[in-house]
Amino acid sequence: MNVIDQLDREQLRDDLPELAAGDTVRVAARVVEGNRERIQVFEGTVMRLHGGGPQRSITVRRIASGVGVERTFKVNSPRIDRIEVVRHGVARRAQLYFLRKRVGKAASLRERRPG
Amino acid sequence: MTPMSIGLIGRKVGMTQVFLEDGSMVPVSVVAVEPNTVTRLRTPERDGYSAVQLGVGVRRKLTKPLEGQLQGLPKLGTLREFRVEDVSGYEVGQILDVELFAPGDRIDVIGVSKGKGFSGTIKRHHFRRGPETHGSDSHRQPGSIGPGTTPGRVYRGTRMAGHMGDERVTIKDLRVVRTDAGRNLLLVRGAVPGARNALLLVRKA
Repeated sequence: MNVIDQLDREQLRDDLPELAAGDTVRVAARVVEGNRERIQVFEGTVMRLHGGGPQRSITVRRIASGVGVERTFKVNSPRIDRIEVVRHGVARRAQLYFLRKRVGKAASLRERRPG
Repeated sequence: MTPMSIGLIGRKVGMTQVFLEDGSMVPVSVVAVEPNTVTRLRTPERDGYSAVQLGVGVRRKLTKPLEGQLQGLPKLGTLREFRVEDVSGYEVGQILDVELFAPGDRIDVIGVSKGKGFSGTIKRHHFRRGPETHGSDSHRQPGSIGPGTTPGRVYRGTRMAGHMGDERVTIKDLRVVRTDAGRNLLLVRGAVPGARNALLLVRKA
């Protein structure tokens, strides 16, 4: 294996759940405020996965006090404390940009049934 | 003035991205720096200048002159010199490895850029191109290269098409992101000249 692949592999986290577009996730990110560090939880729908290897990221969308908020997280970042999948949603495409135009119940996805 | 700083001989491996402790991701060039052997010291008394000559790699056969130069040393493939103020502190046979550098150090990286062959003015000097359509024939033409009868010649140094790349390039003031003595790797923030496997000189800025 070449050196670049080795370096990339070392940076991957092994504590991540399997993520897919449409999943509802809870991302706990470490944020530094002044000289204090705390954990901020962001829960929402995975709109898309982007990139591979250490650069892999997810865009998570949620409605916060009536306003749509999207945040991207580098999944392998050391600033991410943990990621939990709350619910698997049914998504028939890889990028769920259509969610941006939907409000309320229309913006929700059916839950994926096992099997 | 010739920069006076010690460095190491390495090879470019490629680029990737790594996370820093604060969670930010930075682009890095990976440089393989096998341990360098000090092969010779240049002193003002004998050579007229001070420098440390380093060697790295192996070669199967030495030429007779090289054999004489490398008496008592391994058969090294590549020899390069680094100018220093003072050679005291170095001795022939000494091994210098990637630990010479520490994360955060400022370095200069010297290499030979990728050859681009005979390139036009757009690639070589960032000229703008002419219209692609509407009857235009001057798609990638250089345009005017000067006035007419006065001065009646083209000024020296006018930017034109020609050979590009494959020249010695020094990238100054790069930062060391990480060193890995186990695998003899140096991670440098940003890009360094040359293709993969290209010879690089890394010296303290």
